[in-house]
This record gives sequence, C-alpha cells and structure tokens, in this order.
Amino acid sequence: MFIFLNALLINNLVLALFLGLCPFVGVSSKINTAWPMGLAVIVVMLVASVCAYGINILLVHFEIEYLRLISYIAVIASAVQLVEMTIKKFSPTLFRLLGIYLPLITTNCAILGMALFQTFDEYSFTQSLAYSLGAGGGFMLALVLMAGLRERLELANVPDVATSAAIAFMLAGLLSLAFMGFAGLGG
Amino acid sequence: MPAPKHDAPVSLDTLKAGVWKENPVFIMLLGLCPALAVSNTAVNSLAMGLASTFVLLGASFLISLFRNVIPKQVRIASYIIIIATFVTVVDYTIHALSLELYNALGAFIQLIVVNCMILGRCEAYASKHRVSTTMVNAVGMGAGFTLALFLVGSIREILGFGTFFGIPLFGPDFQVWAVFILPPGGFIVLSLWLVLFAAIQRKRDRMAAGKEGAYGS
Repeated sequence: MFIFLNALLINNLVLALFLGLCPFVGVSSKINTAWPMGLAVIVVMLVASVCAYGINILLVHFEIEYLRLISYIAVIASAVQLVEMTIKKFSPTLFRLLGIYLPLITTNCAILGMALFQTFDEYSFTQSLAYSLGAGGGFMLALVLMAGLRERLELANVPDVATSAAIAFMLAGLLSLAFMGFAGLGG
Repeated sequence: MPAPKHDAPVSLDTLKAGVWKENPVFIMLLGLCPALAVSNTAVNSLAMGLASTFVLLGASFLISLFRNVIPKQVRIASYIIIIATFVTVVDYTIHALSLELYNALGAFIQLIVVNCMILGRCEAYASKHRVSTTMVNAVGMGAGFTLALFLVGSIREILGFGTFFGIPLFGPDFQVWAVFILPPGGFIVLSLWLVLFAAIQRKRDRMAAGKEGAYGS
C-alpha cells in the first residue's frame, strides 16, 4: 500500500522524477485526450512491469544482466503495440485523437523508468504490481490535472513570448510544488 | 520539426543549427526528461550532456552507415537496439570511471535510451544523410543539448546551493533557495529559459523582417 501511494503521490513520476515529460506536454492540452492517454499508459505499465519482473529473473539466472536494457525496451515496444491495436479496434476516433503520441509511449521514459526502478529496488511480484499501478495512476493524475489547468488557460491572457511550452512548464512547476506537500505522507 | 536540407555540403551551418536554431531542448523541446531530472548541479548536467552526446554520435554514425541496409518497417526497433547498445557502453564506462557520478545520475544514464532527442535525430537526420554530414550535425546537436543542460544546471546550482561547480559563490551568509534543487525549480528554470529563447528569437525575426522590408522584397 505504501509503495502504491509513494508512486502515486510522493514520488510522482512526472512531477517529482521528471519522467514522461514529452507526452505530458504534448497530450495535456485537452481533458478528453488526457484520460485515455493516461489509461493507455497504465495498461502498458502493468504489462511491462509483469514482463520486466519475469525477464529480470531469467537475466539474473543466466547472468546476462547487461541485456536488461535491450530486453526491457523490446517488451515495452510490444506492449505498446498491443494497446495500440486494441484502441484502434475499439475506438478509431480515439486512435486518431492520440495520433503520434500512442506509438511514442514506447519512448516514454516513465515506463522504462518504472521498470528500471522496480528492478533496482528489488520489489517482489506484488510490490511491482502495486508500484506500476501507482506509477501509472500518478502519470494519469498529473496529465489530467495539467489538462484541466491548460483548458482554463486558453481563456487567460498570457504574454506573447510565454505561450504554450513555457507557460506549461511554469504550471508544471507550480503543480510539482503542490505535490511536494505530499512528501510527509508516508512518514 | 524543420525539414532537413537535401544533402547540402558540410558547412558551419550544419554544426551551428543544433546549437542555436534547432537547439533540441529550448527550441524543439526534445529530451526534456533528462534535461530536468539530473540538472540540479552544473557537474551532473555536464556529465549527462556529454554522455548523451556520445550516444548520439555513436548511434548516428551506425545508423547513417547502415541507412540503406535497414528495412523501413523495422527501422525504429533497429534504432532503439543500436541506441541501447551505446547506452549500455556509457553506463558501464561511467560506472568504472566515477562511482560518485554514477550514483548521482542513477537510472537516468540507462534512461538515455528513451531520450527522444536521440531517436528523433536518428529518424529525422541520420537515416537520410551521408555519414560525414550526419556526424557534423550530431556534434552540433550534442553540443546544443549539453549547453542547454549546462545552462539549466548552472542556474539551479547557483540559486539552490549557492555554488558553481562546487565552489561557493556568495559567502557564508547566503540563504540558499532550496526550491531550485527540488523538482519544481527544474520546471520553473526551464520555463524561464524558454521564455528568454523565444524572446530572442522573436527579436531576431523582427530584425530580419525589417531588413527584408528595407530592401523592398
């Protein structure tokens, strides 16, 4: 439970560890794309976490840990492909909305980062599951919050030079400041 | 993304593009995750920048060399594997050279694999250009990336620790601005640099437009 909360709020992947910033900035301009994107990431994270756990056991057993990075990437790429096909089949509209950002989940550092952290911290199977669920949830939370803020921002009067990216980062900074308030939560 | 020039001869512009006009971090917003995550001191950000540059150079070289051999359908997968190989090399090298640095950068060395700057350059440039042009461009891009990281990292270190490369700047009475070493500081510093770059860019555009107007074009 603590691991879940930790990944969800205290060490939020996006706002505290700076992982997955590209989709965070890219997809967070509308709330109705932020939700499905978040869900897709959660699914990929779960699949990747389970596979990474299994692969790591194999790698350690055969003492070929230097292949870890390559095999993780391969697993993530296949998981993304799976999600992509599912979304395409069930909701072509959504598929078009997410566009290039869907295949780019492969290079979303949040997912590889999650898999690597899980390995470094030597989590057990259930711990890994809780961690990946928390991490994915955290990503979705940050994405949706950010999208909400940016939708409001469209009506605001932003200085010319600070449009889009710069103001988005400023917001992310404030959001991250707010999330730091969770730091004492786990004790 | 700016369209790559059709095999133009190697020139200074190929090199300079990456540093200023197409700066991966400030202009194209690529490779942001490592740019923020490890840039809390100047040394860390410099090391990260150099490590990424090395990977970019190696991967660009191989991809450009094999650009006619790699089938189009599996190119992304092949790129990733080439990149992952170089990252593993960097990872083990840093581990051997400096344990302190290795611990400071942590998992972020391995996360160079998913640095979109590198994959982006491989896809947009290395796969379409000769080896020589690619290498010059990669050096420029790497320098631009390192510069950006260094700029963010220096500001954060100066304000957050009151030091620069570990040398105290302000004397013992300086009250450190701790928020700048923490995550929010990273976002805020980057956002300020973005504003600055956008402002400079705008001024240049206006000046260029003014000149053209004067010539009556």
